[in-house]
Amino acid sequence: MNVVVCVKQIPDPASPGKLDPSTKTLVREGKLVVDDSDMYGIEMALQLVGTAGGGEVTLVSMAPNNETAGLRTGLAMGAAKAILVSDDSLKGADALTTAKVLAAAIKRVNPDLVIAATESTDGYTGTLPVQMAELLGFPSITFAKSVQVDGTTVKVDRQTEAGYDEVECPLPAVVTVTAGVVEPRYPSFKGIMAAKGKPVEQLTVADLGIDGGVAVTQEVTDVVAAEARKAGEIVTDEGDAHERIVQFLEQLKVI
Amino acid sequence: MDFTPDPDHEAIRDAVRRLCGRFDDAYWRACDSEHRFPWDFYRAMADGGWVGIAIPEEYGGGGRGITEASIVLEEVAASGAAMNGCSAVHLSIFGMNPVVKHGSEQMRSAYLPRVAVGELHVAFGVTEPDAGTDTTAITTRAVLEGDHYVVTGRKVWTSKALDCDKVLLLVRTTPLEQCARRTDGMTLLLADLQRPEVDIQAIPKVGRNAVESCEVRYDGLPVAVADRVGEEGQGFRYLLDGLNPERILVAAEALGTGRAALRRAVQYAKDRVVFGRPIGQNQGVAFPLAEAHARLAAAELAIRQASWRYDNGLPCGEQANLAKWLAADAGWQAADQAVQTHGGYGYALEYDVERYWREARLMRIAPISQELVMSYVAEHVLGLPRSY
Ligand SMILES: Cc1cc2nc3c(=O)[nH]c(=O)nc-3n(C[C@H](O)[C@H](O)[C@H](O)COP(=O)(O)OP(=O)(O)OC[C@H]3O[C@@H](n4cnc5c(N)ncnc54)[C@H](O)[C@@H]3O)c2cc1C
Repeated sequence: MNVVVCVKQIPDPASPGKLDPSTKTLVREGKLVVDDSDMYGIEMALQLVGTAGGGEVTLVSMAPNNETAGLRTGLAMGAAKAILVSDDSLKGADALTTAKVLAAAIKRVNPDLVIAATESTDGYTGTLPVQMAELLGFPSITFAKSVQVDGTTVKVDRQTEAGYDEVECPLPAVVTVTAGVVEPRYPSFKGIMAAKGKPVEQLTVADLGIDGGVAVTQEVTDVVAAEARKAGEIVTDEGDAHERIVQFLEQLKVI
Repeated sequence: MDFTPDPDHEAIRDAVRRLCGRFDDAYWRACDSEHRFPWDFYRAMADGGWVGIAIPEEYGGGGRGITEASIVLEEVAASGAAMNGCSAVHLSIFGMNPVVKHGSEQMRSAYLPRVAVGELHVAFGVTEPDAGTDTTAITTRAVLEGDHYVVTGRKVWTSKALDCDKVLLLVRTTPLEQCARRTDGMTLLLADLQRPEVDIQAIPKVGRNAVESCEVRYDGLPVAVADRVGEEGQGFRYLLDGLNPERILVAAEALGTGRAALRRAVQYAKDRVVFGRPIGQNQGVAFPLAEAHARLAAAELAIRQASWRYDNGLPCGEQANLAKWLAADAGWQAADQAVQTHGGYGYALEYDVERYWREARLMRIAPISQELVMSYVAEHVLGLPRSY
């Protein structure tokens, strides 16, 4: 079974993010790292291929400046190869443009299953995976908290607010996984060294031959600071704190 | 001069940082206060191939140099694991260097692969009650009886002895008074530790309590001649071989510990509001932290220069010693300032900086004191007369 994992390479979350004042989008120059939320998808894919007893995991990414550092992390974990689309014309790309690019890159691999995170952690809409599924003509299942492949069917426990639904659909399909679907392995030293020899195919938009090309049509008109969270209510204990906390929780209907 | 980041080094940093990220402050605080060896962490480091990174590839290791090993240890320390984390893996990463360099082929293939995968634990027993800085004063004696030595004597500070299967033990095979030079007559043995002839007692100490350091008594312990490292009488020389790389690694550990402390201090200085403003807005708080950063940055450069020279086969005595001195000093200063920045809370266990402070203090004493580094520099770099 061949699985594609969409991997976003993002500015290191440890260093504070910056917005480009002219485009009002996130500055992505400099070193990028693999988005932590994609580590779960990579691990899930490696486990599914392992269980299937054959096939390989391919990482697909779109990133500026031919950045491969984040892909190397996934290759070090055990993915077989990667495809990177890097093109100046994609600067500031919106979700739909990115979906078109990724879908075109994924088609080249002809996978049985495509895995993505439910959303990325830097700048995100959470809409990309389903747009991509539509462009690929694949069914999609979102918010998977467990994934199993049975022959030509993928079976998923889909996280909901109340619990989870058991759903399934035929392959090929797109599945988005939540954090916690599996525990990602650590890239090992041997894995890192082996990753250096693994192929990363570097493509431009022209190489992808997308029908009608791509044009970045989204414009960010304004950016405002998120509303500060309201201060919580402080209960000072005068012997009856437990009762007041219970009352408060009852009001909120949580108990 | 080329300071372009090496992609391998960046990948190693990133991977070790991710791994260490799963062992949080609460984990290390508990290991320290319960005197518990961090087995989960050790296992993860071994499984990732980090413990064996500097062991040659033909023996199942990563085959990399001191530069890579020092990056691993720096990241371990900087994660907040500090010396509890570093000391847990240090012996496995570098302790077997004398065997790599001077052990017989039989010894290397018997032991190194098991150390590389983290299965065999080996302690290092050099220091004695009356022989610390002056190693040549050791009196632990090994007498040859047929195909084995019989060892009798007392060592102190042998770290991790309670949890190790074996110990690289420096013994006298010829008593000092019968030697032409003080550095003669010492031999390195790879001895068993968990035997009835060996008594091991943990020494209550200030910090780094996840890894116990012990007093170890040897009372007629047999060690096969096949478990002697290299030649009889050459033990001291074999130790000297490892001093420079050892200093570089220790420097990296001190650097990481300082980084962990400084990170905490900076965060606290931003968050803590006194007189209606964050304390970090006061230059009296901010400047010492900026200074700590400057000192750590300088120490890092000294470490990188020393490890580069060592890995390229160049003499590095001066650089390795300076790196150790600068990093131990900078790490201590950063940790002390971190405690100061936290005010009263710096003295509370909950804020972790006191743990870094206790551990950073150690780096100025062991495995080599700051004074002895100065003594090296005075004599070997500046050409001043020898003091001892
Ligand atoms: C936590 C911990 C773990 C350790 N782990 C190990 C281990 O695993 N294996 C092992 O073998 N050892 C270990 N040691 C021992 C360590 O290497 C020694 O403590 C160190 O070498 C110093 O020796 P000493 O304590 O006997 O000090 P001493 O030699 O007694 O020196 C006392 C002081 O005098 C100074 N001094 C001595 N001579 C001079 C001079 N000529 N000029 C200037 N100053 C001088 C020293 O710098 C020091 O400050 C450990 C120590 C500690 C604290």
